[in-house]
Order: sequence, then C-alpha cells, then structure tokens
Amino acid sequence: MINVKNRFKYLFISTKGLILVAIAMIGLTTAIWGMLSGPMAEMGVREVVIKLFNMDIVQSEREGRIIILYHSIAMAVIAIETYIVTSMIKMKEFYKLAIRALITAGYLTAMIFGMGFAYFGHNWAFHGLYISGLALIFFAGVLLCVALWPWNKEYMIPGKDHTRTKKGVSVERMAFFATALTTVISALFGAIPGSFFGNGFETFLAENIIRLPEKTTMQYSVIGHLHIMLALICIMVTLIIGRWLNFKGILHKFAMPLIILGTIVLNLGVWGVATPLEPIAHMIIYVGATPAMLGALLLVIFGFDKFIREGTAHIEKPKFRQKINALLKDPLKFGPLWQMIFMNFTTSFIGIFMAVRLDEIFRVRAAREERIELTGHWHVLSAIVATIILLYYGDMVGMKGKVRQWYGWSIILFSDIAFSAVTIFEMKRLFISEAEQQPLVNWLMIAIDTGLGMLLVILAVLMVYRLVDLFKKKGRWTEEVEHELSEEVNS
Amino acid sequence: MKRTNLVYILFCLVLTSCSPVDMNSPMPVFDTGVDPDTWAQIQVGEFLYGQNEEIQFTDAYEIMVTDVTTAQYAAFLNRALSTDFVRIEGDQVSGYYPGDKFNVVKHEERIEAGDWSFIPLNDPSQRIKYDGETFSAQPGYENHPMTMVTWFGARGYCEFYGWRLPTEIEWEKAARGSDARPLPWGDEILRENANFYASRDPYEDMGSYGSRTTPVGFYNGKKYGNYQTLDSASPYGLYDMAGNVWQWTGNVYEGMHYRFMRGGSKDTYDMDLRVWVTNNATPTYFSPGVGFRCVK
Repeated sequence: MINVKNRFKYLFISTKGLILVAIAMIGLTTAIWGMLSGPMAEMGVREVVIKLFNMDIVQSEREGRIIILYHSIAMAVIAIETYIVTSMIKMKEFYKLAIRALITAGYLTAMIFGMGFAYFGHNWAFHGLYISGLALIFFAGVLLCVALWPWNKEYMIPGKDHTRTKKGVSVERMAFFATALTTVISALFGAIPGSFFGNGFETFLAENIIRLPEKTTMQYSVIGHLHIMLALICIMVTLIIGRWLNFKGILHKFAMPLIILGTIVLNLGVWGVATPLEPIAHMIIYVGATPAMLGALLLVIFGFDKFIREGTAHIEKPKFRQKINALLKDPLKFGPLWQMIFMNFTTSFIGIFMAVRLDEIFRVRAAREERIELTGHWHVLSAIVATIILLYYGDMVGMKGKVRQWYGWSIILFSDIAFSAVTIFEMKRLFISEAEQQPLVNWLMIAIDTGLGMLLVILAVLMVYRLVDLFKKKGRWTEEVEHELSEEVNS
Repeated sequence: MKRTNLVYILFCLVLTSCSPVDMNSPMPVFDTGVDPDTWAQIQVGEFLYGQNEEIQFTDAYEIMVTDVTTAQYAAFLNRALSTDFVRIEGDQVSGYYPGDKFNVVKHEERIEAGDWSFIPLNDPSQRIKYDGETFSAQPGYENHPMTMVTWFGARGYCEFYGWRLPTEIEWEKAARGSDARPLPWGDEILRENANFYASRDPYEDMGSYGSRTTPVGFYNGKKYGNYQTLDSASPYGLYDMAGNVWQWTGNVYEGMHYRFMRGGSKDTYDMDLRVWVTNNATPTYFSPGVGFRCVK
C-alpha cells in the first residue's frame, strides 16, 4: 500500500510526476485520435479504431467533437505550463498546492469526460463534468494570477542581473503575471461564445467562416479566442525557456518589457475584434506581435551566445567550427531556441505573406485551399510548442550522453522534416496545379507521416521507459519526487 | 558508402515526385445507364436546411439528375458559338455577364458588366477540345461531369437554355430531401457510395495522377468490372450530389464576389461530402474538381 501511495504522490503531487501524467495523457489522446483522420483514414485504420473502441461517430457532430478534442489537448498543455511556472517561480506553498490540485482535477475531468461525451455517445452528465473541468482550470488560472502578483515585497529581487524596477519588482515576474492574467481573460473570451453557441447546440470551425464578409460578435470572439490562446501558450513557453536558461543581462532588460508590452497590446487587438475597433484590430495585433516576437528573438540571441561562450570557454581563440560545435553540443538546450526560429518559417513568415497577398493570391482560389493553409499553420505552431516542451522534459528527466543526443536530435530533425513538408503542402498551389500535384503530395505525405510518426514513437519509448521505471523500487521517480525546476535553472 | 546510398535513394525519390503527371493516361470507360438529360421534380414545401437544421421553404422546381457532362457542354459551345452567345478570345471561351452591384465591402472585388471567361482552352486538364471550328469532348470523358468551367461558364450554359443555377437552398433540398440526413443516401458513407479522396474507385491512382472524375451517375448500385457500387441517389433520385465534383450554385450575395459550391469532390475527404458543407471561390475560378447542374 505504501508503494502505491508513494507512486501516487509522485504522479499527482511532484512537479515532474504531474508533468509526466499530462504528457502521457496528451500522447495517448494524440495516438488514438490521430488515427481518425488524414492518411490513417485513407488506409482504413479509422474504421478499425472506431470499431475497436466502440466510438459513436455521428456525421453532423464532427465540428463539436473536434472542438472538444482541441480543448482536451490544450488544457493538458496549459496544465504542463502551469506546473512548470509554479515550480520555477517563487510563490506561497498554499497557492502552489491549490493551483496544482485545481488544474489537475480540471484538465483530467475535462479530458476524460469531454472525450467521453464527444466520442462515446452523448451522456449529458459527461458534458456537465467537461464544463466543470474547464471551470476548475479557469479558477486555477485566477489563483495563479494572485500567486504571481509581482508587487508583493517578498518577491522583490536584489542585484541587477535580472531586470527589475527601481523598487526591485521583477520585470520577468511581471511578464509571467501579464501572460497568466491575459490568458484568464482570453479564456472568458472563448467561454462566452462557447455558452452562446453551446446553448443552441450549434458548432462551427473558424476556418469555415473566414470569407463571410459579415460575422457576428460571437463568431469574432471564437476566432479571436483560438488565436490568442495559442499565442499566449507560445509566449508562456518562451518565458519558461528563458527562465530555465537563466535569461539575464542587457538583452533581458530589453526583452522582458517588450514581451509585456507585446502581450498586452496583442490581447487588446484580439479582444478588439469583438468591438467597434474591429476594422483596425489587425493593425493592433501586428503592433503587439512585433515586440513579443522581438523579445523571443533576444532570448534566442542570449541563449546561442551563452552556449557558444560556455562551450568554448576552454579555448583561447575559438574558430568558427568550434563555435558551431559548442552551439550544437546539447540538442536539448539548442532545440527549444532553434524551434523558435524555425517557427518563423512555418508560421510567422507564412502568415505575413498570406496577409500581404491575401486578395491577389490566396482568395482567388477555393476556400478549401485557404482552409488547408490556415489549419496547417496553426497545427504546426501547436506541434512546435509540443516539441519544445518535450525537449525541456528530456532535460528534466536527466537524459545524459548518447540518449540525450539521440532523443534531442531526433525530435528536432523529425519534427522539422514534418513541419517543413506541411508548410510546402500548405503553399503547394503557388507552384503546382491540382492536376499535377499528386506525386508531390505523396512525397510530402511520406515526410509528414514519417516525421510525426517517429515523434510519436520517441514519445512512446519515453513513456514506456517511465512506466517501467515506476515499477522499480528505487527508480528514477524516487529522485524526482522532491525536485523543483527552480533548482535546475542554468547557472 | 552506406550514407551515399541513402542520399542516392532519397534523391531518386525526390526526382520521382517531380516527374510530370500523364493527364491523359488510360482509364476505364463505363456506361452508367443514367441519362444526363433527365430532370427530377422537387416538390414545393419546407425542409431542414444546414447543419443546424433550420426550416426553409422552396417553391417547386426541376433539377438535373446528374451534373452537366462534358459532351453536353461541348454541344452547348457549338450552338452558342454559332449564335454569338460565346466568343473565343485568345485561349479562352468568353461570354457576357451583366455584372454585380458593388458594395465596397472589405475584400469584395468589382464584377463589372462585360465578357468573362467561361472556360480556358489551353489548360492540360481541359476535357473540351477545340479544333478551330468545332468543340468536342475528349474521348472517354463524354459522360464525365464538365469541369474546368468558371461560374460564368456554368451560369452561361444554364441561361442559354432558359434555365439557371440552383440556389444553395434549392441544391440542398434536392440533395437531402425532407429529413435530417447528412448525406444524400443516408447517415453513413462507405467508399462505394461516392467518389472522394482516396475512395479507391476504378478511376483513381493515388500513386500517380491521384483522383479523377467518375462518369455521372456512376454510384447507382451497378457493378463495373469487379467494382460494385452502392446506389447512392438522393431522395429525389439525383446522382453525384456528394463527391465527384463540387457544384456551382447561383446565389450572388451582397458584399462579396465569391460564389458558393456544394457537394464535395473527388479531391476532398468524406467530411466535405455532407450536404450542408460549402466551398467558395471567385467566379473566375476553374478546377478539375468543379462542375455544375441546372434547375428550371
């Protein structure tokens, strides 16, 4: 009994255990539900999975099912970010415990009962529990904002390494606070139209209404909500990686105010789509996105410079090749920053190009083509966030030597192959016609499926290793029970 | 050495992907037995419209049982050319359209009165051939749906014969009937119900050219060689109301120049074959996956 209790304590109380459970839940959901669409559907795997799990798939409810699926996965990602923030950032023990209890109960309830409702017959009690789970997560978010309050004297920071105000308030903490607060408000921005459409049992996917010249306030809210929530998840991941790498110094002094400013303006722009500001909302969004991305760029410059300096510290005058070797020495640290750069090629630049040439190029074609471009780029962005978390998790579990190298480089290479192929797939109409595209599509599909498939295999191997470890009396899990991520911040 | 081999194999694969597609590769020829000149009578009354099943009303009308075929469109062009209803301008066939009211809405583009392209003639996917005097359907494609036709070209065909394109509401009623079914034949879809992406019909080869159109009325329960289809007519007896080609509809909405299509196509997954799913494009858009039918 004591053994079960200890393992339960590890999985549901310790930081690394909680993160492991959430990653396992996401992995399981992705593996099963990933088989219902795309090439898996083409190969007939979809039918087998539906029969195997006795799923109840009604044609008219597809959009509703997908919305619940997206939310289930997103809530687990939000939970992981929250576990990391509560482990890294100083806060009262009570808040830490309460936030973790609420968000764990919340995302597990939302995920289990939400997916149960969506895919296994409509048990309305399940739907109620799904909503209750989301409400618990919302409340955890409110508590997180309280816990992160930066103007508390206890959290003032001495020294000048990390950016602070004259009174000693940590600007980085302000950035975490601003991101958490705007996330909570933006969740409401989705909850209100969610209730509105849910009451009438109406659902729609945003990508299907993009070309309607007149949208209702509630439709704008849904579109704004999904964009801003993903952007905020990205900003929080950037802050987390910055903290992990001990981002400090002159670049930190510029980056943190930029991220705060960017986050707030970005949110104002997105909320603006549901107000009379709608005609200029996109301009406000661009104004907000620019400093936020600039802040992330400064983090990348800091990180790369740090890796090179540390890796060549023993060499008096390092050559270019030695600097590159130092930069690439540790894929788990290089990877998250590289993925942030890579994200621009698959998401930001594509988005800007589409926005600039929308009417001339993209809207001359069928809406279904534009849908591929839209859904492709945000799937890639979400998956990039997932790879950054997985790379950081590899460091958390103490991977060393060849395992660290293979794990890190495999995630970087396979994900980037897949994401590059998705980006070419999205943009294929720029250089190939419908009638001629099939061989290219086949080739891209091989790259996408191999890349994503291998990522899932890597994740599965990691999860099996962790499962086996849990059965060991003195497995790695026993070392992780008391570990906090703040202790593992790079010096 | 091993690394060199791997690079070589990858290079060959990339080259394979770049090899041109033979758009005239051989294909089976089947007579479906469905006459494309037949019309179905749709009764006056209410029906459930859209995914959220709102009640809508239509008057009685007739609608073509199949999409307009390539042979029908070639015949139309020959008659229309002789009466100056259409003109050949460069590499396209054009005809007159009276234009739309311009409302200066964001993203809206002006559709002026004047000649607009009906079909391109120089596109390798075009199945209508012009020898300088006469239009004809490419052999083997006579009973396939007319594709590579713009909205103007679809509207022009219907107008020439005194008909018109169906409104979205009319189209959906003809596809769905009076109940809440998501697909013309019922609730679920199997590969033998319709021509959609990777549906493994005899006209498809995903390894080379991908999807191709099937003859109109193909999914009527008949067996073609070894391929057994399911009878997938709509409650009013219409064929191909899901899959094969998207179908232009006639609505011109205020504040936008886009024209809407229904039915999904050979190039889309089954989710797009549900009766309420829409697609849209500029009226000058044409594609190997877009056709039409008329109402009167």
